[in-house]
Amino acid sequence: MIKTVYSKGKLVAKTGNEVMAEAMRQIEPDVVAAYPITPATEIVQIFSQFVADGIVKSEYVAVESEHSAMSATIGASAAGARAMTGTSSQGLSLMWEMLYIASGLRLPIVMAEVNRAISAPINIHGDQSDTMGARDAGWIQIYSENSQEAYDNMIQATRIAEKAKLPTLVTTDGFIISHCMEVVETYPDADVKAFIGKYEPERYLLDIKRPYTLGSIDLQDYYFEHRYQLAQAMRDAKDIVLDVAENFEKTFGRKYGLYEKYMLDDAEIAIVVIGSTAGTAKVVVNELREKGVKAGLLKIRVYRPFPVEEIAKDLMHVKAVAVMDRADSYSGAFAPVYSDIVASLYASGVTSPKVVNYVYGLGGREISTGHITSIYETLCKITSGAEKPSNKVEYINVRIK
Amino acid sequence: MASLKELSKNPERLTGGHRLCAGCGAGIVARQTLIAAGSTPVVIANATGCLEVSTTIFPYTAWKDSFFHSAFENSAATCSGIETAYRSLKAQGKIKDDIRFITFGGDGGTYDIGLQSLSGAMERGHRMLYICYNNEAYMNTGIQRSSATPKGAHTTTAPAGKVRQGKEQNKKDLTQIMIAHDIPYVAQAYVGNWNDFITKVQKALAVDGPSFINTLTPCRLGWTYKPEDTMWISRLAVETCVWPSFEVEKGVYKINVIPKEKKPVIEFLKLQGRFKHLFRSDNAHILEAIQKGVDEKWTLLQRRAAAGCRA
Repeated sequence: MIKTVYSKGKLVAKTGNEVMAEAMRQIEPDVVAAYPITPATEIVQIFSQFVADGIVKSEYVAVESEHSAMSATIGASAAGARAMTGTSSQGLSLMWEMLYIASGLRLPIVMAEVNRAISAPINIHGDQSDTMGARDAGWIQIYSENSQEAYDNMIQATRIAEKAKLPTLVTTDGFIISHCMEVVETYPDADVKAFIGKYEPERYLLDIKRPYTLGSIDLQDYYFEHRYQLAQAMRDAKDIVLDVAENFEKTFGRKYGLYEKYMLDDAEIAIVVIGSTAGTAKVVVNELREKGVKAGLLKIRVYRPFPVEEIAKDLMHVKAVAVMDRADSYSGAFAPVYSDIVASLYASGVTSPKVVNYVYGLGGREISTGHITSIYETLCKITSGAEKPSNKVEYINVRIK
Repeated sequence: MASLKELSKNPERLTGGHRLCAGCGAGIVARQTLIAAGSTPVVIANATGCLEVSTTIFPYTAWKDSFFHSAFENSAATCSGIETAYRSLKAQGKIKDDIRFITFGGDGGTYDIGLQSLSGAMERGHRMLYICYNNEAYMNTGIQRSSATPKGAHTTTAPAGKVRQGKEQNKKDLTQIMIAHDIPYVAQAYVGNWNDFITKVQKALAVDGPSFINTLTPCRLGWTYKPEDTMWISRLAVETCVWPSFEVEKGVYKINVIPKEKKPVIEFLKLQGRFKHLFRSDNAHILEAIQKGVDEKWTLLQRRAAAGCRA
């Protein structure tokens, strides 16, 4: 039987989209501006019902595109409001220009993002190509393994964004989490509100006694410093994420970090993965452990800022690592997470683990325990010397002629 | 009708020292807009363009009010976010002041790349005044054709050449598109008639809903004329009926400035370098077509105004 972790927690059956909307109801931002897109539509649909029923004080702007959704959210945030939005895939792609502006202007917007494949060909199912495409947009990126994490991440994201002065997105895997009903522990409204606290911006447009210009043209003499400050803010955000996680654990009892280690400390082989597939991989790790195989897992929660030194330290002892990317890069090189892992290891002087890259699950293609088991088997062969580690991207469960 | 005596008491809220060209119409539009606002607090949103880049070179600003710029095609959406934040915070008692919202965009940011964002914001009914400072081409990037560029005008992407004579198409009638949004106030105005413009801004700020003013704003660089002629050329646009000054209040048309004597369009065209090639004898048919187009539009506008409704 599932039990609550928090004394005042309540167990509810909700989909990923429903819990994200529930978190938004409890956060009760001043403004939400959004445009519907599968599979994230329900989040804003449910939220607009909260507005229509007078359950929240928030104003909802039903804009005419995602570009305008992000623009209106930026305007609201600059004006001094706590502002949120939600989107997926093509919607996030259409926001691309504005994502960089939100971070460049240091606006603490929070976005509920449901990971979906990007066109073409058009596909509505889950992979992480959309947010991976926005990985360098100056947004903090927090991924969720299940609905509970999505709910907890949304609450934490509000505090993280406002402390770091960086926009923050929280993702779930399209359909796999967004439309899957799970048991989730929610916390009382008052406790969530107390945790996130009041939003008190330093400067804001509606502060007419202290008017100011935001969004100036910034030339050779200042632009570089402002961009450096943004890069530094992202590096500094790591401590903020950890600090918020610590407070969250103290308040609600659930532990979060930059990533989760599962049977990793004594592992000889390990998989690095993001999102719902971590749940599947944990089952495989358990099975392998029963057979005496020292398998482990590292699930990245916070992909931006990337935990460079921490991950390098925790993978140092592993003999062979498979980085599973649910997005390809079309760069002729490697997929995004692999590139970050390898760069982190190398820059930290960790060169002993053999690291291989697997791209999987594009467009919602199934990833089963069997697929993951085969990856661990390959890692075993690499450690025993029976197989040479591949020096190129390997693909799981795809028909290649 | 605005009183000059009263207006002279209003504060100057766009300071000098900005980097707009001598004779630029955009600065005149912005300054008069803020004078019209009087002591009402405003927050300004601006599309990327000449006005924005010339007035906000970091760490300086020419704006004494809160001013926000995010991108080119989205100033209406951005302003709708600001206005929504205001409504939300005001309803929650977190803001007490009465604030108005003004968006400026050039014809590029309004007619073309920003049309969707503008249409969305107007349809949603945000209480904001959108002012298009329409200089009839993309002046900030160096005089490229826009959908507001009139037939026959030379621009750098629809240039006059050996076989083509500038822009071949008519300009888009954006004012009519905005009227079709059924918003409470839409007007066409022009630089060079402070009373007409300021009265319109004051009317627009007073309506409880979205309002739109399309202001013909000469660009001495793009139109190629002497900086001191800005006011004069703009007035000629009205006297030739190339750019009638009118307003539509709750669907009812009113022509605000009726020329005593309707001048031929060549009076307006001949002062500007962008139309120089049209005065070659082999281009006489283009001048005729321009005159015909202006006459037809003017007749239609007069009929609409006479009918006293959206005809």
